[in-house]
Amino acid sequence: MRSPLGRVRGVGSTGEATAHFWAQRMTSLALIPLSLWFVFAALTLVGADHATFKAWLGHHGNVLLMVLFVAVLFHHAQLGLQMVIEDYVHAEGAKLASLIAVKFAAVLCGASCALAALNLAYGG
Amino acid sequence: MATQKQRPLSPHLLIYRPQITSVLSIAHRFTGVVLSFGALVLTYWLTSAAYGPEAFARAQAVLGSWFGRLMLLGLTFSLFFHFCNGIRHLVWDAGWGFEMNQLRATGWLVVTTSMILTLASWFAAYAVAGGS
Repeated sequence: MRSPLGRVRGVGSTGEATAHFWAQRMTSLALIPLSLWFVFAALTLVGADHATFKAWLGHHGNVLLMVLFVAVLFHHAQLGLQMVIEDYVHAEGAKLASLIAVKFAAVLCGASCALAALNLAYGG
Repeated sequence: MATQKQRPLSPHLLIYRPQITSVLSIAHRFTGVVLSFGALVLTYWLTSAAYGPEAFARAQAVLGSWFGRLMLLGLTFSLFFHFCNGIRHLVWDAGWGFEMNQLRATGWLVVTTSMILTLASWFAAYAVAGGS
C-alpha cells in the first residue's frame, strides 16, 4: 500500500513533501470507523441529561474512542483548512496569520474536548 | 512587434456548466469547512458537560431548539457527504475509478448514500427521543 508513495518519499528541500498528503489520508482512514462510532454514540445520547452522559463516558471504551475521535478530528480539520487557506488567501501576511490561528485553535479545541471527556470520565 | 497575440483563455468558472464532478469537488471542500465549524459545536457540547449539569442542560436545550436542530441537520448531511466522498477520494488514491462513467456513477452514489444515511440517522434520533 505504501510502496508507490514510498518511491516519492523524501521529495522536497526538507524531505517532507508528502507529509501533509500522507497525514491527511491517514487521518481520513482513521476517521472512517471513528466518525461512524461518533454518529452512533450521539444518536444514543439524544436528549440525555448530565448524569447519563457522565455515566456513558465512565465506560472505558467510550472515553477512549471519544479522545481518539477528537484528536484525529482536529488534526484532520487543521490539515484541510490549511489547504483551503493556502489556495484562497494570497496576501502573505493574512495567509501566515490565518495558518497560525487555525493551528492554535485546533490544538486548543482538541485539548479542551479531550480534557472535558477525561474530566467527566475520571474526575469523580 | 505592435500586434498582440490573442492567447487562448481557460474557461471561466462562472460560464462553465456545472457538472457532477466539479460540483462534488467544491462541495467536498465546502462541507469540510462546515464540519470544522461543527467541531467547534462539539467543543461547546463537551466543555459544557465538563462545566456541570446546568451548563450541559443549557447546551442540550440550545442544540434541541429549532435552530439547533436545523444546524445539526446540516452538519449531519455535511458529515455523511464528506464521509462518502472522502472514501471516493481514498479509492482514487488507490488508483481506481477515473473513467468518466465511473466518476459519474460514484458521484451520484455518494449523493444518494449521504442523503439516505442522513434521513436514517434522523429517524433514529427521533425514535431515541421518543417523538419530542
